[in-house]
Amino acid sequence: MSKISLIIAREYLTRVQKKSFIIATLLGPILMGAIMFLPTYFALNTKGNQSFQVIDESGLMEGVFVSDKEINFEYISIDIQEAKSDFLKTDIDGLIYIPDFELSDPKGFTLYGASNQSMSILMSIEKTLELRIESLRLLASGLDQEVIDSFDANINLNTINLNNTGEEKESSSGAATIIGYLASFMIYMFVFFYGAMCMRGVIEEKSSRIVEIVLSSVKPFELMMGKVIGIAMVGLTQFVLWVVLTVGISTLISVFMSPVTLEMGIANTEISSKSDMISTTFNALKGINMTLILSAFLFYFIGGYLLYGALFAAIGSASESDADAQQFMFPVTAPLIVSIISLSLVLQDPHGSVSFWMSILPFTSPVIMMMRIPFGVAIWELILSIFMLILGFLFTLWTAGRIYRVGILMHGAKVNWKILVKWFMTKD
Amino acid sequence: MDLIKINHISKAFDGHQALSNISLTIPDKSIFGLLGPNGAGKTTLIRIITKIIQQDQGKVFLNEQEITYDLVRRIGYLPEERGLYKKMKVGEQLIYLSQLKGLSRDVAKKRINNWLEKLDLKSWWNKNIEDLSKGMAQKVQFIATVVHEPSLLILDEPFSGFDPVNADLIKNEILELRDKGATIIFSTHRMESVEELCENIALINQSKKILDGSVKQIKEENKQGQYIIDYAGSLSTRESFDVLSIIDLEGDLKRANIKFKQVSKPNDLIAQLTSSVQLFAFSEKIPTINEIFIAKVSLSHE
Repeated sequence: MSKISLIIAREYLTRVQKKSFIIATLLGPILMGAIMFLPTYFALNTKGNQSFQVIDESGLMEGVFVSDKEINFEYISIDIQEAKSDFLKTDIDGLIYIPDFELSDPKGFTLYGASNQSMSILMSIEKTLELRIESLRLLASGLDQEVIDSFDANINLNTINLNNTGEEKESSSGAATIIGYLASFMIYMFVFFYGAMCMRGVIEEKSSRIVEIVLSSVKPFELMMGKVIGIAMVGLTQFVLWVVLTVGISTLISVFMSPVTLEMGIANTEISSKSDMISTTFNALKGINMTLILSAFLFYFIGGYLLYGALFAAIGSASESDADAQQFMFPVTAPLIVSIISLSLVLQDPHGSVSFWMSILPFTSPVIMMMRIPFGVAIWELILSIFMLILGFLFTLWTAGRIYRVGILMHGAKVNWKILVKWFMTKD
Repeated sequence: MDLIKINHISKAFDGHQALSNISLTIPDKSIFGLLGPNGAGKTTLIRIITKIIQQDQGKVFLNEQEITYDLVRRIGYLPEERGLYKKMKVGEQLIYLSQLKGLSRDVAKKRINNWLEKLDLKSWWNKNIEDLSKGMAQKVQFIATVVHEPSLLILDEPFSGFDPVNADLIKNEILELRDKGATIIFSTHRMESVEELCENIALINQSKKILDGSVKQIKEENKQGQYIIDYAGSLSTRESFDVLSIIDLEGDLKRANIKFKQVSKPNDLIAQLTSSVQLFAFSEKIPTINEIFIAKVSLSHE
């Protein structure tokens, strides 16, 4: 084994075997799965077996509220005051009061409850009342019930992107936004996290003085590259495991959830339209080129990490403790922070000039480009951005190497920017 | 035969001259001491030999060949500032460091086992370095330096941090390695270890070489014509010698340090002395390296 691969192997293995790595790798997908599916799950699976009482003074809403597995509606014909005083003695979840109302001016509908009702129930009740009133009005205008029923329509707006080749792509700017944000944030976090890991590794070697022993066997640049690459591979491992585990867990969850979704869909129009929305989003996800996004993500993660990781390593070589490193951290990470702040700007106009330039500039391109790609980026822009990022990380690796080779052996001196420049200028 | 030849090495850091025009030769299969006070430039010179830093001027030759990274890899180097990966296990760490020195995993494992046994560390294979005492960590470090059986060992202050028992243990290991044919360079500012171990030394002070050569020869050259005598009676001052100091021993016995004004043979001196006092002991005062060191350093400060 060559020396650099020995270093890579050590950097990689010591980190991958750590408990914290294993825990983070396992928890990540579970959290992701939770973030993606729990809201859907809760939306579809509101607290089961709720019971509502309905007092219909108008006599127009008879049979409108239909009980199902989840919600039980019971029509009662007692006085509202009496019902209200009885209500608290029972374990009824809600009391729907429908006064005697004018069709032309429907008001006074009230839902009494012991606690706040969930949004989906409120919307569902409102929708039921609205639909009934609409059809009553239509009846009053002289239309047949049959005609009215034939009006019933359920619409889902499909959005299609046209491009020069005449190809039609199903798209969803909602899905693009979600994917863009997710990818950008993950790049940001990965680069930050693994960059800092790189820095701490260098500081550890420097402050424990092991570096001098290692340097009697390898060149400083080899040691730095070994560390940078080893940690990149840790990041890749984590990412790949996350993708595999997330896909696995989501598949499991969706298998487990689909019968529920199906039943609910039949039982309740409101919820079925919601799950329609989810399924269109997922169809749109299929429309977005996931292969492109994943490969772009891998590239921008590696590229961005190499670019910043090199600088972090250089900072580490100039510091004897994490506290020493603080003074250099902000200027180095500023572009990264700026790019995450600019995401909303990019989102407003993914093809504008700010978005364009920030996705070309190597220091901001990893985060910004990941936001833009789901919205569609011209191939030449992508190539230019990739080319610039490669130039960028080659440059920072070279710069960092020059600082590192001097800094790693320096002890006791107070280091500032001027000294870093001096180290950089030192000839071999 | 000379193993290492150092030709006109100079190095400056930020305008501070760390080494100026140092030339040395280090003979094969012997122990060479690099002496000097703290900050003299010993560590810088060692780091240049091990190619950890680059000299501004001059060249280092190993076996008449300009030193390269591949040659450096065969050196065993123990830096002054000891350090190991704290969170790595003793065994894994030693294997890693030996692999960096070019050993295969299997060979490394076997040799490390032998060494750990020899230095009473056998049961520590699976312990993290941070769980070891300082002395034990030093021993591990020493193993890391010698495990690839280098023909050249460079030890920067090898005894600092060891208790006397372990220092002795390491000293014996060093002597054993020399007997097996290794060349050992070690730097120190403690002179007592030098006389026992080194055949040759170089003295560096304030970036310059002050003297070098074999220990015997240096002592010979620095003899001041002083003698230690034990005597009874009164030592009358003669024109031929000065009395530098007298101390009382038991009974009438006194011990004096005398210095002759002219170079004379010992027998002539004894003849002169016996004429006036009862002479019990007579020995030439050979300067210790420490004395030479202090004399030379204070001289160069003037």
